[in-house]
Amino acid sequence: MAKVIFQRPKYLKENVFHYCPGCGHSIAHRLIAEVIEEMGIRGITIGVPPAGCAVLAYNYFDLDMIEAQHGRGPALATGLKRTLPDRFVFSYQGDGDLAAIGIAESFHAANRGENITVFFINNAVYGMTGGQMAPTTILEQRTTTTPAGRHKTLDGYPVKVCELLSQLPGVAYAQRCTLTSPAQVNKTKKAIRKAFQCQKDALGFSIVEILSPCPTNWKMSPIDACKWIDEVMSKEFPLDVFKDITPAAQKNTEAV
Amino acid sequence: MGKRVGLEVTVAVAEAVALCRIDMAGGYPITPQSHIAEHLSNLVADGVLDAEFVTVESEHSAMSAVIGASATGARSYTATASQGLLLMNELLPIASAMRLPICMAIANRAVSGPLNILNDHSDIMPQRDTGWITLFAENGQEAVDLSIQAFKIAEHKDVMLPVCVNIDGFQLTHMVEPVEMPTQEEVDKFLPPFAPHATLHPAKPVTMGAFAMSDYFAEIMKAKDEAIKNSKKVILEVWDEWGKMFGRNYKAVESYRAQDAEILMLTMGSMGETAQVAIDELRDKGIKAGLVKLRLWRPFPFEEIRAALKNAKKLIVTDRACSFGGPGGPVFSEIKSALYAGDHHPAIYNFIYGLGGRDVPVQDFTGMFEKVIADTDNKAKDTYEFWGVRE
Ligand SMILES: Cc1ncc(C[n+]2csc(CCOP(=O)(O)OP(=O)(O)O)c2C)c(N)n1
Ligand code: SF4
Repeated sequence: MAKVIFQRPKYLKENVFHYCPGCGHSIAHRLIAEVIEEMGIRGITIGVPPAGCAVLAYNYFDLDMIEAQHGRGPALATGLKRTLPDRFVFSYQGDGDLAAIGIAESFHAANRGENITVFFINNAVYGMTGGQMAPTTILEQRTTTTPAGRHKTLDGYPVKVCELLSQLPGVAYAQRCTLTSPAQVNKTKKAIRKAFQCQKDALGFSIVEILSPCPTNWKMSPIDACKWIDEVMSKEFPLDVFKDITPAAQKNTEAV
Repeated sequence: MGKRVGLEVTVAVAEAVALCRIDMAGGYPITPQSHIAEHLSNLVADGVLDAEFVTVESEHSAMSAVIGASATGARSYTATASQGLLLMNELLPIASAMRLPICMAIANRAVSGPLNILNDHSDIMPQRDTGWITLFAENGQEAVDLSIQAFKIAEHKDVMLPVCVNIDGFQLTHMVEPVEMPTQEEVDKFLPPFAPHATLHPAKPVTMGAFAMSDYFAEIMKAKDEAIKNSKKVILEVWDEWGKMFGRNYKAVESYRAQDAEILMLTMGSMGETAQVAIDELRDKGIKAGLVKLRLWRPFPFEEIRAALKNAKKLIVTDRACSFGGPGGPVFSEIKSALYAGDHHPAIYNFIYGLGGRDVPVQDFTGMFEKVIADTDNKAKDTYEFWGVRE
């Protein structure tokens, strides 16, 4: 009998993703579903989808899901977690959702050290509404509202969410990863797992930022989009661990 | 005279706003408005429009930014829809209380929940009492014309109030329509540079948005009410001037085959054009049907409405929003209160329809007429019906 070595994660529904070919959302969904399966936390996990391309995430995750208004995920998740502290609660957000309209909610949930996890999909544009400039758009990047490229004096600078939030004492874990190669995908999966583990250990707010391709709005092929992340975007947004207060990480720093 | 061109309505509106030589635009993307902001950003980047274009982090900030800009005497503009308009809500009465002539397009879209991106009027209706002059476009040409007229109305020294132009999302915003774009010379002639009543200027310091307790608050509310009521005179003058210049005439209330009609229907926004086709079909069958279209929602044109409805035996009022647990659709309750003060009281029916973008073909309008004709007791109806909704 043939041995199954790869299959659809148990908690991803059979539905076909509506995401564009080469979009990072699909991979991120898959990784989250795999981790939930491996940690055996399916019945006790609640997801909060955003306004953004992932607005229909509830069509894919076979979990309890409650939709947040644009940017309000961490506030909604706060209410869920405070009343159901034994559940795993995650908010899934784009860069417009988290870093523009919802920066206040993100900042304050992090500052309160809410014991929730945020999966932050940074694709440097507002994907869903047609590729307008996001707070994470890099300088000189052309978007539909910065046709001549993002200009620092007119449009400000790219917002570095992990760097910013990791300053807050309430944050337990902040890591930036990407999805541009199998090795990066595996790293991202580990980060997702660690974030859920932080929640399990009640350490506080955890965030995994994922640099994610949006070939459609970047007007690139999926392969070129990955290249752009590796060669350009990750220079602006370094792949790193910005905060990690898990006991294992603390031990490592002590050893150094 | 301007050229007749085929343009997507959002793009045409952005072009029209650029012809008004705005100084400042701020925006946050939201479907189906985003193309207006995108096109304005193109015009600024191309050097066609000499204005500040600011990509802010939310609609709340967009409205705050244009309030700030307008306070300095800049001609200021923004556009939004649905959730974005709701998020602006806190600032809307501030803009009108400060008497700032900001102009805004609203690409009308249903409000969540459930989340929906298509057209109805549930976004603008809750803004009814914010003190904004509120206009409704029926087609692309009107969207263009009203967008230009808006600045002239808003900035008139007897008005000094913000104006919003409602453009039905997708059904109107995303249509490519033939529109006659006025030339720059024509717009310059029609719309003089903005001469603000008061601005923030170091040479002459003023306070804007000051605190007012029970000693003055009510007087300020009354002043706002008087200002918006008085604006009707200016609105009609501006439309008159527009008609003379461009040959396109605007009225607060339009009538179509209504003169001898026994049954009238009332619409607001883009549905009027479909309803018009229904009226023609009914007339071909010998039914005396007519249409009344409401273009001016605030200030509400009471006299014009009473005059337009004075011969109807039956009246069908259509609404694109609900007032849950209230007296029917918001347009319905306004019309009823307008008629109460008059001496003609037709039997009046309310259909709430086209919610969340549900398509409303001609047969739906003829169906409403048929239903009302079949109702023979002719008593004023105090109920409303969700048209074509599954039980
Ligand atoms: C108050 C409000 N304003 C605007 C919108 C429109 N809107 C929906 S999603 C979105 C941005 C999406 O971008 P992002 O969060 O980066 O997610 P992506 O689609 O790129 O995954 C916007 C502006 C909205 N839903 N609500
Ligand atoms: S627009 Fe971009 S973010 Fe949205 S589904 Fe397509 S590729 Fe993904």
